[in-house]
Amino acid sequence: MSIALRGPGDDLMHRRRSAMSDPGPSGRFGRFGGRYVPESLITACEELEEAFRDAWDDPAFRAALSQTLELYAGRPTPVTPALRLSADLGVTLLLKREDLTHTGSHKINNVLGQALLARRMGKTRLLAETGAGQHGVATATAGALLGLGVTVFMGERDMERQQLNVFRMRLLGAEVVGVSSGSRTLKDACSEALRHWVAAADDAHYCIGSVMGPHPYPWMVREFQRVVGEEARGQCASLLPRAVPDVVVACVGGGSNAAGTFAGFVDTPARLVGVEPAGGAAVAGGEPGVLHGFHSYVLQDEDGQIQEAHSISAGLDYPGVGPEHAHLADTGRATYVSVTDDEAVAAVARLARTEGILPALESAHALAWVLKAAGTPDLPAGSTVLVTLSGRGDKDADQLARLI
Amino acid sequence: MSTRPPKMSMGTLETHLRARRDAGQALLVPYVTAGLTADWPDYLRAYADAGADAIEVGLPFSDPMLDGGTIQEASDRALRRGATPGRLLAELSTANPGVPLAVMTYANLVFRTGARAFCERLAEAGVTGLIVPDVPHDEAGPLSEAATAAGVDLVLLAAPTTAPARLRGIAERSRGFVYGVTVMGTTGERAALADSAGPLAGRLRELTTCPVLLGFGISTPEQAAQACAYADGVVVASALMRRALDGATPAEVGADVAAIRRALPAG
Ligand SMILES: Cc1ncc(COP(=O)(O)O)c(C=O)c1O
Repeated sequence: MSIALRGPGDDLMHRRRSAMSDPGPSGRFGRFGGRYVPESLITACEELEEAFRDAWDDPAFRAALSQTLELYAGRPTPVTPALRLSADLGVTLLLKREDLTHTGSHKINNVLGQALLARRMGKTRLLAETGAGQHGVATATAGALLGLGVTVFMGERDMERQQLNVFRMRLLGAEVVGVSSGSRTLKDACSEALRHWVAAADDAHYCIGSVMGPHPYPWMVREFQRVVGEEARGQCASLLPRAVPDVVVACVGGGSNAAGTFAGFVDTPARLVGVEPAGGAAVAGGEPGVLHGFHSYVLQDEDGQIQEAHSISAGLDYPGVGPEHAHLADTGRATYVSVTDDEAVAAVARLARTEGILPALESAHALAWVLKAAGTPDLPAGSTVLVTLSGRGDKDADQLARLI
Repeated sequence: MSTRPPKMSMGTLETHLRARRDAGQALLVPYVTAGLTADWPDYLRAYADAGADAIEVGLPFSDPMLDGGTIQEASDRALRRGATPGRLLAELSTANPGVPLAVMTYANLVFRTGARAFCERLAEAGVTGLIVPDVPHDEAGPLSEAATAAGVDLVLLAAPTTAPARLRGIAERSRGFVYGVTVMGTTGERAALADSAGPLAGRLRELTTCPVLLGFGISTPEQAAQACAYADGVVVASALMRRALDGATPAEVGADVAAIRRALPAG
């Protein structure tokens, strides 16, 4: 099932119970997760779980995915020491470069996994929700590669702020459906994609873009993103004298790049830090609730109505967080912090000027925490820190031009 | 809560619906989104006058995942008018339409209050049924216990794709009635009754003596009559809410319900 990263003496039961492993048929991570979907989606979720278990146990499927990630998506991505910024900050800063993948973000790892799985299940179409458009672009790309039709649901507000990605998706042959309900952002796009899936599950696979949604999605998407953490683990081992960084940091929208990164380090002494946007900090500011098929921390009012997130970064503008992160926060294995829009924008500029790397606004949240924490007890001078740079910032150029 | 109704497996909603069904009546359960208009409780009275056997009352949720455009719009409108579950239940408790009420809402509103407290509040407001479409059979354990303890019938939904073993579990555990979802899709009007409706109702009726109602997409008296050839009754929602959104008064929407009633076999 999951790749054994611990010692050879590990038995299956131990791996089952250890952090970030198979949640089992209930899809629970501690008290979070589950499958809160209408009866009309239960069969589709069950079929997907079975198909994923089967594929993930099948060396041929794994080989086909690895080969596609390597020959098409450009994996492995490097870990780049940020030398000038490290000198400025007094810490050793390493960047896991998901910005260098084909389509420019970690989203492609998950999408290629799900698209190959969808084809194996005999599906002919992919449905996706998107916020920043990166997941939509990745899904449109995978659809083109594998000959699957693609429909992407996107909030109208996000379509305005991410016009370039809307154009890219259409150029890749995808249909982009604007969603005008609610806050007209990612949460509404998710609801609309789920509604559409109820009617289309026969021939369509819903390709969820993060570690959220009903079981098996949070687990499956984390497994497809695990490659980020596993590669980084090996790369850190050859770059760092003590093999493992002191701190591992990633931004958290739904939490897929963070989950994939953390999965590679959860069994090490590294501290795991997830960075949410201040305007959408579900772990810090949310309460337990059920949204989009899973139980987790959710921003909501005292009656249980979902509140809108407000982030400069469309990809982090989501009022919930993946259930496994809620569990990692509860157990204390990972820590969740938040940074403001301004701090994220400043981090984009800082990395661009010191390292010649233009990160996505989403990824800049992770970096912004490092800029803030370096030299404080949270990240003392001399620490080693790995930041997952989940994507590149070209998509944000228009928006940044108005801000900087 | 001072007094709690005795623990029982079949509540008032189910007792009432069984009695009517056993008397030969096709069951008609119209829907209204609570808080849609200032005079929304008048819809309840109009429905009851028009011959409703029970009424489904939607407590609006910000992100109604199983609802199509019409009920989304109705929910949005109610929320923009400042509807809260507390206020709506208070209004409901004084409405006295004279037929059983079943609340339909989403999991987050229930769990935010806590399953137990939520069901007790329903009972205090005189509600005898609860429908939560995003709490499927497997996740329903704690909610089902809380509902039973409060004397509220927890209605479970079944879909055309539900596998036989699951369908048996749903049929056994559903209280009040079993809600057969006619179509793989969201709520919303449809031109014709889905082909999947009849077979689903047939499978359910073999598994339980609890009333089996079909819902989703039943828009006209003809479709309702057709559905009642397979099932014990129907739930009609979007067609009525479309009219209400377009400004039809409670009396006018009540007349639509009466027209459906006339098309159905009476006891
Ligand atoms: C570059 C980038 N990073 C991060 C995210 C947030 O997603 P997640 O938290 O699932 O990694 C997005 C989402 O659109 C993104 O485009």
